[in-house]
Amino acid sequence: MEFLRPSTLVEALEARSAHPDGVPIMGGTDVMVELNFDKRRPSALIDLTRVPELTEWGGEGDHIRLGAGVPYTKIIENLSANAPALAKASRTVASPQIRNRGTVGGNLGGASPAGEAHPPLLATDAEIELASVRGRRRVRARDFYLSLRTTALREDELITAILLPRPTGPQQFAKIGTRNAMVIAVTSFSLALDTENRKVGTGVGSAGPTPLRAEAAEEFLEAEFDWENGRPLQETVVRRFGELVAAAARPIDDQRGSSEYRKHALSVMARRALSWSVTDYRKGSTRCA
Amino acid sequence: MAATTRTVTDLSSTTKDGVGSSPRRPDGTLKVTGEFAYSSDMWMEDMLWGATLRSPHPHARIHGIDITAALKVPGVQAVLTHEDVPGAKRYGLEHQDQPVLAFDKVRYKGEAVAIVAADHPETARRAMERIKVDYEVLEPISDSRRAALDPDCPLVHDKGELPEHPELNQSGNRLRYQPIRTGAFVDVATSKEGQEQALERLRAEADAVVTTEYEVGMQDQAFLGPESGMAIPAEDGGVDLYVATQWLHVDQRQIAPALGLPQEKVRLTLAGVGGAFGAREDLSMQIHACMLALHTGKPVKFVYNREESFYGHVHRHPAKMRYEHGAKADGTLLYATAEIIVDGGAYASATPAVVGVASSLGIGPYEVPNVLVDAYGVYTTNPPCGAMRGFGAVQACFGYESQMDKLAQKLGMHPVDLRIKNAMAQGSRIITGQEIDMPLPMAEMLERCRDLPMPVERAELEDPSDQRTLPGGVAGTTRGEGVVRGVGYGVGLKNLCFSEGFDDYSTARVRLEIVAGEPVVLVHTAAAEVGQGLVTVKGQIARTELGVEKVVIAPSDTQVGSAGSSSASRQSYMTGGAVRTACASVRAEVFESARAKGLVPAGIEDTELTLEGGKVVSATAGVLVSLADLLGESAEGGTVVEHTREYHHRPTEMIDPELGQGASHTQFGMCVHRAVVDVDVELGLVKVVALDAVQDVGKVLHPQQLAGQIQGGSAQGLGLALMEEIQVKDGQIRNPSFTDYLIPTILDTPPMRIDVLERPDPHSPYGLRGAGEPPTLSSTPAIVAAVRDATKRPLTHAPVRPEDIVGIDL
Repeated sequence: MEFLRPSTLVEALEARSAHPDGVPIMGGTDVMVELNFDKRRPSALIDLTRVPELTEWGGEGDHIRLGAGVPYTKIIENLSANAPALAKASRTVASPQIRNRGTVGGNLGGASPAGEAHPPLLATDAEIELASVRGRRRVRARDFYLSLRTTALREDELITAILLPRPTGPQQFAKIGTRNAMVIAVTSFSLALDTENRKVGTGVGSAGPTPLRAEAAEEFLEAEFDWENGRPLQETVVRRFGELVAAAARPIDDQRGSSEYRKHALSVMARRALSWSVTDYRKGSTRCA
Repeated sequence: MAATTRTVTDLSSTTKDGVGSSPRRPDGTLKVTGEFAYSSDMWMEDMLWGATLRSPHPHARIHGIDITAALKVPGVQAVLTHEDVPGAKRYGLEHQDQPVLAFDKVRYKGEAVAIVAADHPETARRAMERIKVDYEVLEPISDSRRAALDPDCPLVHDKGELPEHPELNQSGNRLRYQPIRTGAFVDVATSKEGQEQALERLRAEADAVVTTEYEVGMQDQAFLGPESGMAIPAEDGGVDLYVATQWLHVDQRQIAPALGLPQEKVRLTLAGVGGAFGAREDLSMQIHACMLALHTGKPVKFVYNREESFYGHVHRHPAKMRYEHGAKADGTLLYATAEIIVDGGAYASATPAVVGVASSLGIGPYEVPNVLVDAYGVYTTNPPCGAMRGFGAVQACFGYESQMDKLAQKLGMHPVDLRIKNAMAQGSRIITGQEIDMPLPMAEMLERCRDLPMPVERAELEDPSDQRTLPGGVAGTTRGEGVVRGVGYGVGLKNLCFSEGFDDYSTARVRLEIVAGEPVVLVHTAAAEVGQGLVTVKGQIARTELGVEKVVIAPSDTQVGSAGSSSASRQSYMTGGAVRTACASVRAEVFESARAKGLVPAGIEDTELTLEGGKVVSATAGVLVSLADLLGESAEGGTVVEHTREYHHRPTEMIDPELGQGASHTQFGMCVHRAVVDVDVELGLVKVVALDAVQDVGKVLHPQQLAGQIQGGSAQGLGLALMEEIQVKDGQIRNPSFTDYLIPTILDTPPMRIDVLERPDPHSPYGLRGAGEPPTLSSTPAIVAAVRDATKRPLTHAPVRPEDIVGIDL
C-alpha cells in the first residue's frame, strides 16, 4: 500500500487523480477502523493532513466556509454561533480524542447514515465543495447522498469544504444513544428555521440507507409556523410535525434498535426540537425588539 | 499455624503500610503512566505471530480441512489442525469436552478450527484465507428452554461423547439439573402432580401471589486487555508460556495433557493482565501458542483483536427464569418457586458450578418455609458461557429481587420493609439447609441503605439544564421534558470462595532475610493479579505479620504451588490466608532462633512476642533483638528464613441431586444498593443519579481498593441493568465490538456513597469477607427497580432497553 503525503491542494488533487482507488485519510477515525478490520485494502492512502486549505474556516459572503478537514473540536470551539446545529452535532461525536481527529469531510466521505454531521447539513441546506484536477464544483447536501454509502463524489474528487448558510433562526440537533456519551446514533434529528426565507429544514440520521430529509414535515411547518411572532404552536400541530418526521424515516431493525423505536424516537425528538425552536425564536425576537 | 496475640479486630501495628491502610499499588505508577507491560506488549526478536481460523457457522459438520494453499504463503511457518494436537484432543475447566481444535463438528460460531504461525500477523491472515474447510451446515440449537425441557431437541454433543456425571442429573442437552425442595415440596420432590397440589394448597393460604418470567441477557466481561500471550520453546523439550490468565495452575493442568508433556515441562508465568472478571478462567490461546512454538522451535505470540475476543472467551450465562412467590398479608413469605435455565452454549466451562450457585442462592437471603427450585444448565450451539463476576447468583438475584418489589407493591408495603420482614440473619438456614454461621446484618444494612442521604432533586441542581445531568447526556435529547425520577432497592447474597466440595487452596512462599543491613521480605505466590490489587494486599499482610516495611512481591509463576483462581472473591481470603500462614511460620522460626540464642527472657511465651519495626519485641521486656542482628547479612552467610505454606478453607460438600441439600458454601457476602434514576419516559433513556451501597466486608484490608471493588462491581451491575448485552440470534453475535456492545462511560456512572460494615467472620483470615462480587448482584435489580418506579412498566428483561421503557414489543 502506498502512503502519499501531498502538502498542497494541487498535489493532493493530482494524487487523487492518479490513484482513483486510493483512499483519502484525514483524522483516520473511520478509515483506520476499516483497514484494521480488513474491510478494505486500498492501493494507496492519501494523507490530507498537510494540506493547509482543508483545515481553515471563515466567513465567505453569506456563508461560513468550513474546510473539510477541520476537526469537530474546532467546530465546537469556534462555530457554535455561526453553525449551531453542526456544533451541537459535533459535541455528540464519540469521545474527546475522536473529536480531536474526526472531521466533517471524513463523515461525508464515509457517508454512513449514522454520521452526526449529515442531519445538520441537510437541515441548514449546506453545500459541499468538491474539487478535482478538472476544477471545483458545489453540490447541495440535499443532493449529495445517493444510496447506501454512495454519494455524488466522483472518483477523482476530494471533498474540500462545506459552505454553511449563516443562521437566520433557531437550529437544533438531538441524537439517541443507549448510553449517555460516546455512542453511535440509534437515530438523530436536526431542525433549522430559516426566518429570512421562511423555510424549514430537517435532517434525519440512522433511519434509512442515507441521511434523509422529512420534506412533508418541512412544508407542513412552513405553512403552520407563525413567522411574524413565533407564537406557540397548537399541540396538534406539534404532534403532526412529529408524525411527519417519523413518516419520512425508513429505518431497519438492527442491533442498535428496532425500526419502530427509531420512528417513535424521531417523532419525540422532532416535537421537542420544534418546541425548543419556538422558545428560541421568541427569545430571539424579544432581543431584537 | 503459630499462635498470635492479634485478634481479628486488633491489627494495631507500628509498621507502615500494613493491613487496614491504603498504600500505593506496586504496579500503580506504571499503569497510570502507560508504561506497564501488558501481555499484548511482549516482543521477542525472532518471534512468530499466531492466528486462529474460526468457524463461521454455529453448527456444522466438518468433512475436511485443506491447508495446502495456506502453507504456500511466503512467511508462513506452520498451519496446524486437530490432527497436529500432540496429546489429549479435548480440554476443559471441569469437563474435558472442548476440542483444542475442532474435529468432526463445530458447535459455535467462532470455534477454533486451525492455527497459523507466520512472520507477520498480516501474513498469518492471508494464509488463513487460503485454508479450505468443507462444512456441512447444520441447524443451530439456539433455544435454551427447548434444550432443557424438550426430550426431542437435537443433541449438541452426541451420546457417549460426554464424560458422565450422574451427580449432576445429566441427560440430553442438560449439563446439570439441580432441584431444591424444602417444606411442603420435600415429600413430592419428583412428582409433578404432587408439586402442583402442594402449590395449590399454598396459593390458597397466601394473601398475595406474584408470578413472572424474567430474562437476563448475555453479559460480556469486557476486560480491556484482549487475550494474549507468548510461548517460548525450551531446550528440555518443554515450553515456557507467558500469559494473561486467572489461574496459572489450572491452565497448566489443561495445557500439558494436550501437548503430551508432563506438567513440569509446561512452565507458566503471569504476564500483565488487563482485567479478567471470569473471562480468563477458561483457556483461549494457551494450547495453540504452545503447539505452534513447539512445532516451529520459535517463540509464538498471540493477540486477539476486540472482535475475536468476543468469540475467544466465555460470557455470563443468559438466563430464562420463572418465579412465583406467595406471602401473607403482613408480608411474611409463605412459599417460592423458581425455574432457572442458564444457557451454557457449546461447551461446559463452569456451567455445572454456575447452576450450583444459581440454584442454592436462587431465592436469595429470605426466610421462606416452602421452596421449589429447578435449575438447569444446558448445551446449545450458542457462544460458550462460563465464569463472570457474580457467577449464577447475578441472574437469580435479578429474579428474586424483582419478585420482592412486585410483591411489596401488591401488598402495599415499602420494598425495604418487605425485605426486612423476611430477612435472613446469622443462624438462618439458606434453602440448601446450610446455616449461615457468620454475621449477616441484613436488616440493619437495609435500614442503613434506606437512611442514606438522598441526592438533590433536579430542580435544586445548580444548573438543571446541564445536559450531563439529564438522560441522553450530551446528545441533547431533552431539556427536562419527559424526565421522571425513580428509586429502587436491591440486595444480594453471594457465596465467596469455591463451593460444593472444591478444595481451592492457596500456596505462599515467604522469605525473610537481611539485605544491606535491612530486613527484607519476599512473597512468592502463583496468584493472578488481574487488577484487583492482590499485589498490594500481599505486601500489607507481610508487613503487618512480620513488622518489616520492605516487602518484595515475586512475579507469579508455576515455580510455587497453586494459588487457585483469581475469582469467587477469594484471593484476599485464600492467598491472603496463605501469605499470613507462611508469615506465621517465618515468625515462629525467628522467635525460636532468638530463644535458641538466649535472647528471650525465661517465662515469656511466643504469644507475648511480636515483630515490629524490624525487631523482636516483648510486651513486657521491650525490644529483645533486631532482625539484622539476629539473622545476619544474607550475602555473608546470614540466616534466611523461608517457609512455604498452603492455606485451605473449611471443607464444603456437594448438594444432593434430589433435594439440593448440603453445606456447599464456604462464606457468604452481602451488599445492599439504593439506586436513584432519572428516566426520559418518552424516549426510554436513563440517567442513574445515585447508586449507593452498604456492604459488610468483615474486615477492610485496603480502604481505597475496597472502594474500587464496590464502585467497579456496582458499575458492572449498572451495565447489565441498562446496556450490556451480547445479542445472539441463531447462534450469531450481532454486536461483537465496543461500538455496539456498550459499557458504561464515566458520564453513565453516578457518584456512589459507600457505607462499609466490618462484622468479622470467625472462620476467615482477619475476619475478612470477599468483596468483589456482592455489589455486582444487587446494583442491577436496584437500578431496574428504580426505572420501574419511574415508568410503572414491568421491565422483566435485563438490560432494560429503550423499547421496554416506551412500550414497544421486541
